[in-house]
Amino acid sequence: MATDLLASATPTITYAPADGVFTYVWVLIALPVLGAAILLMFGRRTDSWGQYLATALPIGSFVLAVVMWFAMLAKPSEDRGVIQHLWDWVFVGNFTANVGLQLDQLSLTFVLLITGVGSLIHVYSIGYMADDPKRRLFFAYLNLFVAAMLLLVLADNYLLLYVGWEGVGLASYLLIGFWQYKPTAAVAAKKAFVVNRVGDFGLSVAIMVIFVTFGTVTFPEVFAQAGEASEGSLTWIGLLLLLAACGKSAQFPLQSWLLDAMEGPTPVSALIHAATMVTAGVYLIARSNALFDLAPTAQLFVIAVGAITLIFGAIIGCAKDEIKKALAGSTMSQIGYMILAVGLGPIGYAFAIFHLVNHGFFKANMFLGAGSVMHAFNNQENMRRFGAIRTVMVITFITFGAGWLAIMGVPPFSGFYSKDKIIEAGFAHSWAAGVTAMIGAGITAFYMTRLFTMTFLGKKRWTEDVHPHESPSVMTIPLIILGILSAISGFVLAWNGAIEKWLEPVVGFEHPDPPIPIPLISGATLALVIVGALLAYQQYRRDVPITAPTSVSPLTVAARQDLYGDAFNETVFMRPGQYLTRALVWFDNRSIDATVLALGSATAGLSARLRKWQTGFSRSYALSMLAGAFLLFVAMLVVRL
Amino acid sequence: MNWLLTLLLVPAVGAVLVALLPKDKPELAKQVAFGFSIATLVLVIAMALQFDPNSSQPFQFVTSTPWIQSFGISFALGVDGIALVLIALAAVLVPVVILAGWNEADRSDAPTKGYFALMLALLVCMIGVFAAVDVFLFYVFFEVMLIPMYFMIGRYGGARRSYAAVKFLIVSLFGGLFMLASLIGLYVVSQREFGAGTFDFQALTQLGMDANTQRMLFLGFFFAFAVKAPLWPFHTWLPDAASEAQPGSAVLLVGVLDKVGTFGMLRYCLPIFPEASQFYTPLVIVISLVGIVYGALLAIGQTDIKRLIAYTSVSHFGFITLGIFAMTSQGQSGSTLYMVNHGFSTAALFLVAGFLMSRRGSKFVEDYGGIHKVAPLLAGFFLIAGLSSLALPGMSSFVSEFLVLLGTYVRYPVAAVIATTGIILAALYILLLYQRTMTGPVKPGCEDVKDLTGREMLAVTPLVALIIALGVFPAPALDVINPAVDQTLVAVGVQDPQVGVTADCDFVDGCVQGEGQ
Repeated sequence: MATDLLASATPTITYAPADGVFTYVWVLIALPVLGAAILLMFGRRTDSWGQYLATALPIGSFVLAVVMWFAMLAKPSEDRGVIQHLWDWVFVGNFTANVGLQLDQLSLTFVLLITGVGSLIHVYSIGYMADDPKRRLFFAYLNLFVAAMLLLVLADNYLLLYVGWEGVGLASYLLIGFWQYKPTAAVAAKKAFVVNRVGDFGLSVAIMVIFVTFGTVTFPEVFAQAGEASEGSLTWIGLLLLLAACGKSAQFPLQSWLLDAMEGPTPVSALIHAATMVTAGVYLIARSNALFDLAPTAQLFVIAVGAITLIFGAIIGCAKDEIKKALAGSTMSQIGYMILAVGLGPIGYAFAIFHLVNHGFFKANMFLGAGSVMHAFNNQENMRRFGAIRTVMVITFITFGAGWLAIMGVPPFSGFYSKDKIIEAGFAHSWAAGVTAMIGAGITAFYMTRLFTMTFLGKKRWTEDVHPHESPSVMTIPLIILGILSAISGFVLAWNGAIEKWLEPVVGFEHPDPPIPIPLISGATLALVIVGALLAYQQYRRDVPITAPTSVSPLTVAARQDLYGDAFNETVFMRPGQYLTRALVWFDNRSIDATVLALGSATAGLSARLRKWQTGFSRSYALSMLAGAFLLFVAMLVVRL
Repeated sequence: MNWLLTLLLVPAVGAVLVALLPKDKPELAKQVAFGFSIATLVLVIAMALQFDPNSSQPFQFVTSTPWIQSFGISFALGVDGIALVLIALAAVLVPVVILAGWNEADRSDAPTKGYFALMLALLVCMIGVFAAVDVFLFYVFFEVMLIPMYFMIGRYGGARRSYAAVKFLIVSLFGGLFMLASLIGLYVVSQREFGAGTFDFQALTQLGMDANTQRMLFLGFFFAFAVKAPLWPFHTWLPDAASEAQPGSAVLLVGVLDKVGTFGMLRYCLPIFPEASQFYTPLVIVISLVGIVYGALLAIGQTDIKRLIAYTSVSHFGFITLGIFAMTSQGQSGSTLYMVNHGFSTAALFLVAGFLMSRRGSKFVEDYGGIHKVAPLLAGFFLIAGLSSLALPGMSSFVSEFLVLLGTYVRYPVAAVIATTGIILAALYILLLYQRTMTGPVKPGCEDVKDLTGREMLAVTPLVALIIALGVFPAPALDVINPAVDQTLVAVGVQDPQVGVTADCDFVDGCVQGEGQ
């Protein structure tokens, strides 16, 4: 096909100053900033209407983004990039980083996802948080999050991206710890922030290396010079950016915070810890494709991290009884797929973003579905006390079902299109990548079917005090929309290679060329999925004990402990760190301070001795004056000579 | 209009006036002191608007009167961009501190008016120390400044106030002595060089000292500044002083007074002793790095809120000296901005912590818990102040911290990477403190903690506004700081190394091209 011949492995896009509707790019961010500012500054006065304002503003951004989308479609694909310079930000010597925004196909995809799914989740939250006394703050933080996430994907340089990057981290911190009175929530929030800071360490140093290597941190200028940099520099930049991505996207070895992050209200888990923020690492690598493409060693690490995490998260997902934790394990695993895909280079970028969008729909859908269930079950989330919910919550059941089929990759649901492409691209890279991705698909089918069966199918295992009923329409309508999107987004976006063609000018594209026929890969994957699903269905459709069995395989024990991620952190970092700080506090009080004080008391002792000379007898004074004069005389003689 | 003399006079008159007020009218004393501090702030703003960042003159608003002619000492004042922003810092913080510490001195045995008179006297010294362009005059302000602070701690502080005040005074004087010795040495050298001795700063930068003399004299200055800042391992007086001082005094102590140390390094050590500065750079960088990590670890391990904040400052001072001795424009501009931003964020942190402690009557972390429930605004402001302290991007402290790290990385990549670990530790010490005091169930004894009053909000809101405004739009500060830093680099005789694909950069040795050209 002609279009395929035109496909380019390297980006071809050019950026022009924003004109027409694109001069309003800043408004995309300004609207949610305004919402957060009004809700935070005007306080209780906004209690009664704040949630509506906070919902209307991201919808406004979404509408504007759709308008921009149409405006962009009217342009030739290489000319779709625009840059808007807002103001000079940090400038010293030969370093400059401005507040400038960059809109292209990649960032617009994210903008549409963030504002679209974000708006739906705002609407859902009107119902979900209706009775929370701090509802206003919740919506303020959600707006803050949307603004920061938009800044992250619209920034035209690494330093400004960092502001959005940490801004979403702040919003995440505030929302995980939203119910601060629960110590677990407060600890989880802090943990998320601190672990993310380890990733930020990577991003900070990466920006420094980028500046030294390229003399600039602005995306188009950096990427244009990528070919002139040494591979060593590019590899370091790649590894440091990967570290940043691991923190934000909960990838191995910085994955441990995501499961705890489920302490936050469920809409937060859906928006921040599933659909958008945790995919920022994927964005960062995809955005830096020009650097990664020339750093194969870094790419190999990216693939390895993705492959490890996709299995790691899936195994954890198999053992969790809390519905949100199982979904969190799944998120980790699905982002592992995306990270793996962006590590593959031009054969993977487009599919990573494709899967990211699909995942945004189906995972938000399932988290909100889980929230709907928990809403009906007095905030219980133990799946062992669920079962047969299909009978009482039909809409939640059907929409969740769409998400379940989508994540397993059952055709024609969305996950099928994107995950299969990633598996194909994985095989095109290496057998190891392909086989890992394929096995992951089987495990995914197992844990999702387990979750789905335990929750919606089988028999009732409800506690006495619950009387579940379907959620109000303000919650079910977002579910229905997301359910439909989970079903069709893959099919629509894959139509005639739409997503590849759309993204290709920014991230480049090459057709994967796996060593075995594609139908064979698809068939084998589907077979594994069916086996996984059937195994889970067989095991969990009948009796599920309401307390978790204790005599289980070592793997299950390990998976329940998040594969010892926390235990590792505790033994290697926390305990030694605590001993170190205690020892240092002791040292500081005893040793350094004591030296200073000893000097002080030595002086005091000396002056006590000297004081004895002040006898008050004029004869002794006369004697010392004589001695002094003699000494002075001798000294003068010595100097003269 | 003689800006700088007026700036010294206004708070000086205020200090005298407040001191002369009758003892039984404490409210009047506070109001008068607040009025004079606001008047000073307005003057500083007016002066800053007159300041020309593109001027070819190294100092502006210069005024000089012969003082002790036999030693070539003159009462010479003038500001560059660096001094200007630090004077602005002092001028902003004093009214904030007066307002926030409205009731701080009420429970003391000493008269309330004295506390506020001392604060204005301190403001005079702070403006003088930054505006002096005669090194002897600088030294005089440097030492005189100790007196009001000594009384502020010793008469109005906590239980162990006299111990802390004496320790503060003795240690500072001890450091100052070394500077005095070096100062005399400088005078002697200038006498030999120029025929007549001088303390004029610009003349002293022209001295052609040999390397050994430079290194000797450098140490005297540096030691005084290192004690003042304070750098590791001279820091132990700071936690005691900050912990025993009233929050308002602690703000001025850590926020402004300590900056005189880092300001002194940038203004005096580098241009007067260029060769020695480069010679000692490795040593200073090591001290800075140890300070960054050590201060942060000590902060994590503290049980006393005020001591904790003092230790975070030890860590932050490490960043500031690191940036100064990185000898790049990014490093030094970053450090200058860091001094200002650290002033704002530490002030916010100390003041909000002070509001909290005054309500509960304890300074120990373990006595607090669940404050967010009973005093959400207080908890919110505390979090904002904390986020500023951990240099959250979008806040002013991020700009300065990143510039310091970047400026260091260009020349000393390994040092920059070690320093960057400080951002992880900063998240720990701030968020642990927040978690322990503000979140969770309400601890017994905290049930009656009231939320912030209007006066308290009014005091800290300007700080928060500045922290965010300078984070989003630091240009007004950078515009005046950058030229002054460029002058310093010229005086030291170094240039920013070249970066980019054509430059010669290494992961261990940094970038070397372009140096000394």
